[in-house]
Amino acid sequence: MPTLNVDGVEVTVENGATVLQACEEAGAEIPRFCYHERLSIAGNCRMCLVEMEKAPKLVASCAMPAADGMVIHTNTEKVKNGREGAMEFLLINHPLDCPICDQGGECDLQDQSMYYGSGNSRYDETKRAVKEKNMGPLIKTTMTRCIHCTRCVRFATEVAGVDELGALNRGENTEIVTYLEEALNSELSGNIIDLCPVGALTSKPYAFTARPWELRKTESVDALDAVGANIRIDSKGQEVMRILPRLNEEINEEWLSDRSRFSYDGLKRQRLDSPYVRKDGKLQAASWSEALQVVADKLNATEAGKIGAITGDIVDAESMKALKDLMDAFEVTSVDCRQDGAKLDASVRSSYLFNSTIAGIEDADALLIVGSNPRYEASLINARIRKRWKKGPFPIGLIGEDVDLTYAREYIGAGAKSLEDVANGKHSFAEVLKKAERPMIIIGQGALTREDGAAILALAKKIADDTGMIGADWNGFNVLHTAASRVAGLDLGLVPGEGGKDVAGMLAAAEAGEMEVVYLLGADEIDTSKLEKAFVIYQGSHGDAGAHVADVILPGVAYTEKDGLWVNTEGRPQLSTRAVFGPGEAREDWTIIRALSEVAGKTLPYNTMEELRAKMVEVAPHFADVDMVTAAAWGDFGAAGNVSDVPFTNPISDNYLTNAISRASGIMAECSQAFAADSEEGTGTHG
Amino acid sequence: MSQVITTGKAFEFTPENKEKAAVFIAKYPEGRQQSAVMPLLDLAQRQNENWLSKECIEYVGQYLGVPYMRVLEVASFYTMYNLKPVGKYFLQLCRTTPCWLRGCDDLVKVCEDKLGIHNGETSEDGKFTLLEVECLGACVNAPVVQVNDDFYEDLNAENFSALLDKLAKDEVPPHGPQVDRINSAPVGGPTTLLEKTGDA
Repeated sequence: MPTLNVDGVEVTVENGATVLQACEEAGAEIPRFCYHERLSIAGNCRMCLVEMEKAPKLVASCAMPAADGMVIHTNTEKVKNGREGAMEFLLINHPLDCPICDQGGECDLQDQSMYYGSGNSRYDETKRAVKEKNMGPLIKTTMTRCIHCTRCVRFATEVAGVDELGALNRGENTEIVTYLEEALNSELSGNIIDLCPVGALTSKPYAFTARPWELRKTESVDALDAVGANIRIDSKGQEVMRILPRLNEEINEEWLSDRSRFSYDGLKRQRLDSPYVRKDGKLQAASWSEALQVVADKLNATEAGKIGAITGDIVDAESMKALKDLMDAFEVTSVDCRQDGAKLDASVRSSYLFNSTIAGIEDADALLIVGSNPRYEASLINARIRKRWKKGPFPIGLIGEDVDLTYAREYIGAGAKSLEDVANGKHSFAEVLKKAERPMIIIGQGALTREDGAAILALAKKIADDTGMIGADWNGFNVLHTAASRVAGLDLGLVPGEGGKDVAGMLAAAEAGEMEVVYLLGADEIDTSKLEKAFVIYQGSHGDAGAHVADVILPGVAYTEKDGLWVNTEGRPQLSTRAVFGPGEAREDWTIIRALSEVAGKTLPYNTMEELRAKMVEVAPHFADVDMVTAAAWGDFGAAGNVSDVPFTNPISDNYLTNAISRASGIMAECSQAFAADSEEGTGTHG
Repeated sequence: MSQVITTGKAFEFTPENKEKAAVFIAKYPEGRQQSAVMPLLDLAQRQNENWLSKECIEYVGQYLGVPYMRVLEVASFYTMYNLKPVGKYFLQLCRTTPCWLRGCDDLVKVCEDKLGIHNGETSEDGKFTLLEVECLGACVNAPVVQVNDDFYEDLNAENFSALLDKLAKDEVPPHGPQVDRINSAPVGGPTTLLEKTGDA
C-alpha cells in the first residue's frame, strides 16, 4: 500500500494502482483520453502528464505505477505547459469541425482543450485527412477526427472479445479500421461510441438529430432482456432520441448491449395508439369506454374455465399484478407468464433466479452453461463471464449449441444426455465442478422450454447439490432468463392455478374451440395462429403478432413511457421512469386493467400506484427492496424423469429481432440483415 | 485503398519453411507462440515472391492462433513487409543525408530514365520496384541501394545503370562496393597500417 504526496496531500492507494489513480484519490483532476479504468493501459495520448520530483521529465501518470514516497505535482507551470503541448499535438491533425460534429457538447477533446489547451495553434501546414471507414449499420465514422487513443480497439479486444478492430500502419498514417473494413460484428459494438473521446465514432442512427444540451435525460431501466441494465433515456419533446448506459457496477458496469441501445426507433413504429374493436370482421377504432365495455361484457358472459391470460416478455410487474388480481376476481385459473413454455417452478424462488448475481460471476471459479448462448440472451452477463475468464483459471463447460462465446470453453455435448453424464459424474467436467470452491451453473431457456424441461431442471439441481454449488454464502445455481418480465411474473404467481392451463394448454384448447377468451398482455412470441377461434383481447404497445389476431385492442405504453417495477434475472427489482408519454390514446397498462375491472363490476382494491405496490409487497416482500437482491432460500424443485436426446436449441436465433419493439425497429432490421451470415435466418424467439 | 490484396490462391508453407517455422516458434515459451509472428511473416513473404497477400496474413494468423487483425497490424506497421506485389528486384534506395549528399538523386533519375518508375512504382516488365527508404546504415559507402537482401554500395549514375542492365538480364553481380574498394576501406587500397609488424 504505497503512500504518495500529491499536491501536498498524503494519499495511500492499493498496490498496483497508478499515479493517475492516486491523483484522483487526492482530488486532483487529471485530463486523459486514452486511459479508461475498465481497459488496459495504453499511455499513448500523453494528456495525463504530471510532474514527479526526482524525475527528469514529466511522466504519463496513467502508466506510472504509484510507489511509496513519490511526490507528485499536478498544478505547476511545467505541468500546464506539458498539457498545452500534448493538446497542441493532438489538435495538429484534428479538423476542429465541432459545429458539424455530433460529439459537440459532450466531447472530451472539446472540453479538455477548453480547460487545458493554450487556445491557439502554431501549426500552419495542411492537416491530414482520412477516409470514412465502414463499421456497419450502427457506427458512423469520421476518422479524420481520430486521435488514436485506441480505446475502441482495446474495448473490442478485451471486453467484447472480437479481434476485428485494429490500428493499421504507423505514425501519422495510423488508421483505426475493422479487418477488411467489414461491419464490426459484436453485440456490444455500440459501447465504442461512448468510449470514443472525440467525434470519430458516433452513433449512425442518432446522427444529426439532436444536440446533447437539448435532450431531457431520464434515468431508467432497460426492458429488452432480463439483465435489467441501467439506462439513461435521452428525449426531445415526445420522442426518444437515444438510449445510453448508466453506471451500475452490480449489473451492467457502464456497458449496454446493442439491442437495448438501438431498438429505440421501434418505439415510434407500429404503435397501437387507439383502442380497436373488431366489428364486421374488421378492427375498427373505438373509444376507451366502448372497448372496455366489450371486454367486460365478454368476460362476464364467459365461464371462468374458458378464459385464459398470457403475459409477454416486456410487461411491468404492476400490470401483471393487476391482471392476476383481475383474473382471480373472475376465478380464472388459466394464467401464465411463461409464454415460451419454460418448465419453471414458481413455488421455489431460488429455482428460477440467477442466484449468484451478475457481479458474483467474478467470484466463481468454474462454470457450466446449459442450453444457452449468453452472448445473445444477456450480452452483458456474457461480458462479465469473459471478464472473469480473462482474470485467470476459469474452466467453462458448454452443453447445447456449439456457439462462439468469445472465451475458451470445453464443449461437452449438444443435449440433455450430456447433462446427465455430468450429473452422474460420468463426464470429467463433473470433477472440475467438484474441485472448484465456488462452481456455478447457468441454465438457459433453451434447456427449459422443452417437454422434459422439469427433468432437466432436476438434473441441474442434482449437479448443484452434488458439486457443492450451494453453500452458506454462495449459491451457484443460475437460471438465465431472456424476458424482462419473467421473474416478476413468477414472483407474483402468474402461473396456472388449480385446474388451470399453461400456455401450451391454452393454445391447444383455443385451437380446439374450448378456450373462448384469451387475454394477451403484451404476449406476441406465441403461436397466435392457434387463437383464431377464440375471442382475443390484446393489451400492449405494438401491433405485432398478438394484435393481428385480436378482437379487442387495448393500447398500452412501452417501457420508456411508464413508471414501473422490473425484476431482472437476479431477482433484483428496479424502477423504470417515464421519459416520454405514450402515443395517442395509449395508457399505462395497470390503469387499463384497473379501469376494466370497474367496468366489469369487479373493481380492484387500489387507486394509485402506491396502493398497488403495497399489494405486491404483500405477495412478494422483496418488491419493497428496490435495487437490492434478496437471497432466496434453496428448496426442492424439478421433477426427476427421462430426458430426450434432442439437442438443446437456443431461444434466440436472431439477436436483433427478439421482441415487438426490436421487430418494429428499422435499425435492428438493418443489423439483422448486415449480420445475417452469422445468425441463421430467424423471425424472433422460438416458442 | 484496400488494406490487403486478395489473390484467391491458397497459401501454405513449404515443408522446409514449416521446419523453419517450428524453430522460430520453439524460441518462445509455451503459449506465447504468437511472438513468432514477425519471423513467420518474413518466411511467408520470401515464399510469396517478396510480398504478403491476404492469404499469407490469414495463414500466419491460423498457424499461430493469432487474430487476423493482429497479424495485419504487425505487417502494416513494419515497412519491410510488402502488402503489394513487388518486382523481382526490389530496389530500396537510401535517401537520408549522407547518401543524398553523395548523389542519391542521380540514382533516382537513373531509375526514372531507364526503368520509367518513380518512388513506389513497379516497372512494366515486373522486374523492378523502386522504394525510397531512410538510412540503411551503410553511410560510409554512400550512396547505397538495397536489392532484395543485398547492399550495392558506392554507386553513381554509371555503375548503377550497369547494375540495372545486368539485373535486367538476370545476372546478379557480387554485392558490396561497386568501385575499387574493399568493404569500407579507402578507395584504391589501404592508406594506413601498410607496414607489416611481424608476428605481434
